[in-house]
Amino acid sequence: MNAEIGHFALILAFAVAMFQMVVPMIGAAKGWSGWIDSARPAAIAQLGLIGISFAALTISFVTSDFSVLLVYENSHTAKPLIYKISGVWGNHEGSMLLWVLILALFGAAAAVFDANLPPRLRARVLSVQAAIGAAFLAFILFTSNPFLRLADAPFNGRDLNPLLQDPGLAFHPPFLYLGYVGLSMAFSFAVAALIEGRVDAAWARWVRPWTLAAWVFLTIGIALGSWWAYYELGWGGFWFWDPVENASFMPWLLAAALLHSAIVVEKREVLKSWTILLAIMAFGFSLIGTFIVRSGVITSVHSFANDPERGVFILAILAAFVGGALTLFSARAGSMQAKGVFSPVSREGALVLNNILLAVSAFVVFIGTVWPLVAEMLWDRKLSVGPPFFEKAFTPFMIALAIVLPMGAIIPWKRGKLGRVLAPLRGALLFAVAVMLLVFAVSTGHSALAVIGAGLGSWLVAGAVVDLLLRTGNSGLSRLGRLPRADWGRAVAHGGLGVTFIGVSLLMAWQVEDIRVARIGETFTVAGYEITLESVEDVQGPNYVSTIAAMRVAKNGREVALLHPEKRVYPVQAMPTTEAAIQSGLFRDLYLVIGDAQQNGGWAVRSYIKPFAGWIWFGSALMALGGLISLSDRRYRVAAGAMRSAPIAGPAE
Amino acid sequence: MRYLILCLALLLAVPAWAVQPDEVLSDPALESRARDISRILRCPVCQGETIDESNAPISRDLRLYLRERLVAGDSNEQAVDAVVERFGEYVLFEPRARGINWVLYLAGPLMALLGLLIGWRFIRSRAEPETRPETLSEEERARLDRIMQD
Repeated sequence: MNAEIGHFALILAFAVAMFQMVVPMIGAAKGWSGWIDSARPAAIAQLGLIGISFAALTISFVTSDFSVLLVYENSHTAKPLIYKISGVWGNHEGSMLLWVLILALFGAAAAVFDANLPPRLRARVLSVQAAIGAAFLAFILFTSNPFLRLADAPFNGRDLNPLLQDPGLAFHPPFLYLGYVGLSMAFSFAVAALIEGRVDAAWARWVRPWTLAAWVFLTIGIALGSWWAYYELGWGGFWFWDPVENASFMPWLLAAALLHSAIVVEKREVLKSWTILLAIMAFGFSLIGTFIVRSGVITSVHSFANDPERGVFILAILAAFVGGALTLFSARAGSMQAKGVFSPVSREGALVLNNILLAVSAFVVFIGTVWPLVAEMLWDRKLSVGPPFFEKAFTPFMIALAIVLPMGAIIPWKRGKLGRVLAPLRGALLFAVAVMLLVFAVSTGHSALAVIGAGLGSWLVAGAVVDLLLRTGNSGLSRLGRLPRADWGRAVAHGGLGVTFIGVSLLMAWQVEDIRVARIGETFTVAGYEITLESVEDVQGPNYVSTIAAMRVAKNGREVALLHPEKRVYPVQAMPTTEAAIQSGLFRDLYLVIGDAQQNGGWAVRSYIKPFAGWIWFGSALMALGGLISLSDRRYRVAAGAMRSAPIAGPAE
Repeated sequence: MRYLILCLALLLAVPAWAVQPDEVLSDPALESRARDISRILRCPVCQGETIDESNAPISRDLRLYLRERLVAGDSNEQAVDAVVERFGEYVLFEPRARGINWVLYLAGPLMALLGLLIGWRFIRSRAEPETRPETLSEEERARLDRIMQD
């Protein structure tokens, strides 16, 4: 019954989405208020129906209903509950259902929360949002139905891929989708504004929180995925420039550009058409990401079962929405007149530079990602583009961005003087140079990467501190607590970027690796740490068999940690995984991996000292936190509150 | 990040993890060169892993072959060439800047230049018009005088 209810609710949701796509749009064009107002209940109904459908699938997974094909293929009775739930989106069909659920969630949120949105604009936004929803609901219903039944229910399922049975990865996809799909709101606002032919400061103020939220979710999602790779894959890599990682990184870069350019529209009413274009592209790249993951055009093991029919369907959705929006853009962009004037050295100028750097870096990632495809199609050359290319092609843009960022963050609007901007940053500059000298002095081989990365990171962090202090003006530190949240958000996010810079560069430059055969009781030294393999034993887990080692780590004779790296085999999928043992410290992670038993005794053991590894994710967390702080700023809440009281005031007159 | 899955799936019978202790050369300088090279070579049967990370038997063979060449006195370039000769340019994670690949390498810098150019023109177009002279012209002064007198 369950699965059928879910399927039926999904079909109803499709019908509601079609209604919501057509009726409010016509209503907005004709000025029929009944039709305009129908957008809100429709958006809420759509969310409710998809919610029922998603709940039905989740129940099937939790109760291990193996008569549902999808559950049989991706679950197992012995699996812990959390992974039964995360199994819902650990596959193509279920993850698409999560995708449309989040899409409807954003639509309903816009229907409920944005109380001060003009009814016509809201109707158009919700209509565009519903069009995206309808397209993806059709995609699910016609090519990827999650509710297919098996004639005979098997006794047990095939289990979820063991690599995915991990807390980091259980929540990686939902956050990523919240980010991808959150950008659909920016897209819907952009298309609605193009249809209305009006983009002003108010529009930017409405679109910015959605973009900010999407960016925060993308940041969390990407960071979770990279953290997972770090501890799960067994060698501590955290970013591989894999096509699918790039697919999430491009929208992140464009969303970052968009939320900066939206500030310029909000404050100064310039960069309007560029902001619209960015909103279209940011969501376009989210769709490209979906296409890459699900079509199998670019090979990556991130990809779900590759099915050409699905690929063509998504390509059609991509072409229709991005193509349609760009056509509309080319027809209407000319009518958007910029208002503000500003001199080249100004906040506006700095943000234009920010946008150029972010957009071009996203373009570099894009061209590197699709180049193998292009080269094969047009010139029949099979080639690969990987980390060495991206590191060289992408890094210069990040260096440039980091150099100008602290200056751009404090330069005044309209007209600034470079000298007056640099004066308060002298301390930050001095600090950065001191860090560079320190790193240069302690760095073996005087790695340029370490010196430049740590210097730029310190410059960003110190710049963020200066930014906050300048905001307090003459009233001193006491004002720090009363600064607008947007100021805090900006400083925290920019500082977080600096922390990540330091982590990435020092980890890559200073990592120490040791691979050897160790016998039980044997002690060896890696970068000053004495590591002893004490014991290795086999242990039975809930749905796996584990080989656990006990390894003692000491420095200068004093014990630092007792670590238990594991090697697991999941019998259902007959698949081994490594569970590295990591002891995280402020300045370094100890990272131990146990390998196979050797023929003539002993075990293969890998030991890594990973300096500043934790800073990468601490910085990412700061960036996300900064976004959240900014999102809670007064100007978004006040505007909403003011309108909420308006209807009450009305009848009293 | 999940691209290990396929390689692992292919490898159920022989789970072996990336570089094995028995592969490591006794000369640290040679070994470090070998690691540098194996980080830019792609495992021919995996989904986008380097032979350094990969668990596929062919990656192990490649790592061993690479080390043989280095021990025999090859330079890094010669060793890489030898591998490319066998498996094609597909195994290079950094495509050689030759022929059409120049498009790949120049696309970023050219786009950056174009962006900066468009950005600069836009910024100039938004710049405030030349500030008017502070003092009044003779004609204006005369007119002002007339107005003041009225």
